[in-house]
Amino acid sequence: MSHIPPDLKYTKTHEWVRRLPDGQLEVGITDHAQEALGDLVFVEVPEPGRTLAVGEAYGVVESVKAASDVYSPLAGSVTAVNTALASAPELINQDPYGRGWLVRMRSDSQQGELLSAADYARVLEAEGE
Amino acid sequence: MGRRTPLYALHQALGARIVDFGGWDMPLHYGSQLEEHHAVRRAAGIFDVSHMCCIDLNGRRARDLLAQLLANDIGKLATPGRALYSCMLDDSGGILDDLIAYYLGAERMRLVVNAGTRDADLAWVRRHAPAAIEVVERTDLALLALQGPASPQHLERLLGASVAAPALALAPFTALEIGSLCVARTGYTGEDGFELIVPAGEALDLWQRLQADGVAPCGLGARDTLRLEAGMNLYGSDMNASTNPLECGLAWTVAFEPADRQFIGRAALETARARGVAHKLVGLLLEDRGVLRAHQRVVTAAGDGEVTSGTFSPTLQRSIGLARVPAGANKDVQVEIRGKLLGARIVRPPFVRHGRSLIN
Repeated sequence: MSHIPPDLKYTKTHEWVRRLPDGQLEVGITDHAQEALGDLVFVEVPEPGRTLAVGEAYGVVESVKAASDVYSPLAGSVTAVNTALASAPELINQDPYGRGWLVRMRSDSQQGELLSAADYARVLEAEGE
Repeated sequence: MGRRTPLYALHQALGARIVDFGGWDMPLHYGSQLEEHHAVRRAAGIFDVSHMCCIDLNGRRARDLLAQLLANDIGKLATPGRALYSCMLDDSGGILDDLIAYYLGAERMRLVVNAGTRDADLAWVRRHAPAAIEVVERTDLALLALQGPASPQHLERLLGASVAAPALALAPFTALEIGSLCVARTGYTGEDGFELIVPAGEALDLWQRLQADGVAPCGLGARDTLRLEAGMNLYGSDMNASTNPLECGLAWTVAFEPADRQFIGRAALETARARGVAHKLVGLLLEDRGVLRAHQRVVTAAGDGEVTSGTFSPTLQRSIGLARVPAGANKDVQVEIRGKLLGARIVRPPFVRHGRSLIN
């Protein structure tokens, strides 16, 4: 069973969202997602300043096995990207909820559509993990 | 549920991620495909490749049958113990499979064929075999590949120095039978190593003893990145029945001499050769950031082509691939990745051999 921190929010497409003290949102892919992808070898994320629609495919994570789009959990704009991933994409495998974060963003939209940890656990269960 | 090798329970116990491969439930990796890849380049790894099939051909005319069925010349195998890489073609020159043929002994030949094609291969061989030749699908055997620079030392400890000595002296593409064990100096990784063919019931013990000796269990994921670095084709990706060996970088495996050997597909290949082959299979090195994947479009000055295999090379730390392109294409090309044209360069495979980069 993969790790699902209780203090984060999630999407059905296996992204996580953390609210930072300054109100920014930090976004990444879940432990389940990195496990399913296998060793990550390439990450492409947008430039800071880009505006994202909810559900928009804004980046790509590629493992030895396959490429996978990552989707914006909320509408907003990108404020920072994790530049360490360009040379060390394995950070996502090693620490998906920490040093493997993808982007930070500002969003005015409500987080009501996001899943709680318990809801996300049920999504994984339904997918047969 | 797919078909399973004699080691399926072991793979599960080792925590392998199991995937379907040609109808078989096979281990993709046991935790990290990258670590398994590096283990083979730097030390040694072991693969379960029992989904591949041994087809034994017994009978006085077995060699004659293979002279007809294989594009490479079985006549090159002068003495027992020698092995030959070849394509098996249909009448139109299309590749039905690529395989290794072993000359085991007088009246004993063996083919090792791919998992996805084994049933069709068996039917094809049986269809062409005269009644005097016995065609046996050896479902009683398991195949393990011990690969990597440290393989000889591991094999020596596995078998004991005196038993192992003749196996360690094997030249590439030769084989030896030691009791129930058949050892061949062959592989699909670009490293030194051995393929071990054993009775299914002995495979578990062999695997566990090699693993206890420090050999890393490796899955089909690492097998694929290793073979691609080694510039070796994968059947079903880089070639299939709608391509001929001349379009697949495999002209060197087609023996047009002796001129009177009438192998299946010969006439079609001679016509294709005389007319000029329109496409070729080349190595690609991605110059920009990204990862080459099968079916991406390749844009060249001579027209468009297609990536047939692509991956991130763990040894080179950049993306490599094989691509079928117009025969006139060379040097700098572009590959379309998610709507963007990225720079790539045509290079001659292999990319990596014996742990060293061959790309500058």
